[in-house]
Amino acid sequence: MSVLLSAVATLGAIGAGSAAILYFVGRKFHVEEDPRIEKVQEALPAANCGGCGFPGCASFANACVKAETLDDLYCPVGGQETMDRVAGILGKSAATAAKKIAVVRCSGSCDERPRLNLYDGVSNCAIAAALYGGDTGCSFGCLGLGDCEESCTFDAIHINPATMLPEVVEDKCTACGACVKACPKDIIELRKQGPKSRRIYVSCVNKDKGAVAKKACNVACIGCSKCQQVCPFEAITIENNLAFIIDDKCRLCRKCVPVCPTNSILELNFPPRKETAPAVKEEVTANA
Amino acid sequence: MLKTFRIGGIHPKENKFSAGKAIQPIAIPAQVIIPLTQHIGAPCQPVVKKGDKVKVGTLIGKTVGFVSANIHSSVSGTVLKIDKALDTSGYKRDSVFIQVEGDQWEEKIDCTPTLLKECTLSSKEIIDKISAAGIVGMGGATFPTHVKLIPPPGTKAETLIINAVECEPYLTSDHQLMMEKTEEILVGTTILMKAINVNKAVIGIENNKKDAIDKFTTAVKSYPGITVQPLKVQYPQGGEKQLIDAVVRRQVPSGALPISVGVVVQNVGTAFAVYEAVQKNKPLVERVVTITGKEIKNPCNVLSRVGIPLNNLIDFAGGLPETTGKIVCGGPMMGKAVASMEIPVTKGTSGILVIPTLESKRNNMKDCIRCTKCINVCPMGLSPTLLMNLTEYSEWDRAEKNRITDCIECGSCSYTCPSDRPLLDYIRLGKGKVMGIIRTRKN
Repeated sequence: MSVLLSAVATLGAIGAGSAAILYFVGRKFHVEEDPRIEKVQEALPAANCGGCGFPGCASFANACVKAETLDDLYCPVGGQETMDRVAGILGKSAATAAKKIAVVRCSGSCDERPRLNLYDGVSNCAIAAALYGGDTGCSFGCLGLGDCEESCTFDAIHINPATMLPEVVEDKCTACGACVKACPKDIIELRKQGPKSRRIYVSCVNKDKGAVAKKACNVACIGCSKCQQVCPFEAITIENNLAFIIDDKCRLCRKCVPVCPTNSILELNFPPRKETAPAVKEEVTANA
Repeated sequence: MLKTFRIGGIHPKENKFSAGKAIQPIAIPAQVIIPLTQHIGAPCQPVVKKGDKVKVGTLIGKTVGFVSANIHSSVSGTVLKIDKALDTSGYKRDSVFIQVEGDQWEEKIDCTPTLLKECTLSSKEIIDKISAAGIVGMGGATFPTHVKLIPPPGTKAETLIINAVECEPYLTSDHQLMMEKTEEILVGTTILMKAINVNKAVIGIENNKKDAIDKFTTAVKSYPGITVQPLKVQYPQGGEKQLIDAVVRRQVPSGALPISVGVVVQNVGTAFAVYEAVQKNKPLVERVVTITGKEIKNPCNVLSRVGIPLNNLIDFAGGLPETTGKIVCGGPMMGKAVASMEIPVTKGTSGILVIPTLESKRNNMKDCIRCTKCINVCPMGLSPTLLMNLTEYSEWDRAEKNRITDCIECGSCSYTCPSDRPLLDYIRLGKGKVMGIIRTRKN
């Protein structure tokens, strides 16, 4: 009996002693945390994707609370709605940013871009890109081995087995930028989603001279500058034999699309052109 | 017991089909493509333009950085254009296209076969001549030779090791060169000894080249300071750090250069190129290439000018067999499969290996069974399986701590893995990433 009692007493004493130490330490080294951090964190999507440039939602919340203005902070996943809510919690105003989406700037499907050799290595774009330019004549285009698909935490980008090109699922893409970082060829770009999800972009990154690019791929940009000449808003630049549409300047007039001799400018989610519009005629002649 | 290196190593089947075949010259085609990057380091700046007439040995690419090597024309003719062309890197890079007209050499080059033993030049003059001739490491790594010969401040070379190991299976180009140009190689070695101011040189030869060992052992008697060291056949003995361990029993510390243990290593092909550059004023415009493979009709060793497409060489050896699966530039262990037959021979092309489909196909990767074979064979004492996993999960800090940058990319780990895991593929990717991180940290 006395053994039992002494055991209980000893354990009780240790417990009480430890509790006292813990209480003292807890008081002494208490860190005053801003209660707003937790509130902001609750408002965030908790995806921890890193799309904002911070290691996770918690550190983004911390940065939001500490920052004087929210101008440079943006959660691509939650979008404007979330940022407005965060701004409400903190009593600051959120900068307005257009919603963005990932676009794949390569249309070199199996039909358009013939395969010249067989890649028999590890199914990983980064490894293949370190070895050589790829299994087609274009050393800039998509390798189709799916590093982007693997990097996406939102299940929003998939390689289409028919074309061997990645396709973005519009409803799921949060523009976190993980695929942009994963692509060793810098093919994926974050662009404004556009009104009603309407977008125009040059779907090619080939910097070879026109003839070389065209030989490797039917839908390559050949840097002919026709689109640049027709653009009323000076939104198109041509550098290194490659056209690029500047997001902020483009007004989605669609003039550049039909003049492209290789159909390398893509328009997404636009209504079909009217039969009588002259642009259609041009397109027909271009295709003929 | 023969000497060899003490950590890891493997012994793949040798398959030296072209051994003992005399070196034959390859006919010069109507057009050659000479890449302006044939070395590790910054690309050369072209010094010719379209329409210029060049002779064999005319400078066409000039170095811009310190780690870089001049490029000379390997033919005489007219410059057609300077444009991008596919080379062994797998990407299109700037190259000089030359239309061949005759075969005229620059006047200063001595084309006679007379052996010139005497060299009265000073160390600096020798190094300047080597640098001007655009000589790079001929073993395949193509590191500019003159850079190796200028020791960093505070270091002093004691021994020169001539790498005549040729540990890659299939390849015999160095072996054949040793048999045919013994005296020239030894004069080249003497010149290199003078350049780095040492009085001791060791020629390391693997024991599967007994005829070369005999020939050199007799020939070195008239060259003071040079000795021959026969070595046990073990891959990758041709690796600089492995060879130093095998010959002088010294270990180069992680991240350090061989000069830190007082050793400079040069390839036997480089020694020959140095002889030609210093004694005959001949820049590096041609090299010995082994053309081989199990199905190749006539495996051989050829003397090819730089810039001749692989096509011509394979045709010379009896054409491309129908069963071809891969064409590899270099040996089977460290060589690289090429994507086109139009790729030109460069200063680093030691061999062209044609592998039949049945052997070239990769097996499907299976799970790691923790057998530790890769760790046992790694000649650098690394843990390949760990490094592969760290690369897969982008754990760059841990990869750096586990010395990923020490990997010499010999491929022993992938060769030995019973689960066919692509260890080297991942480690090479990780090594590149970690080296990039280290570079940005330094800047």
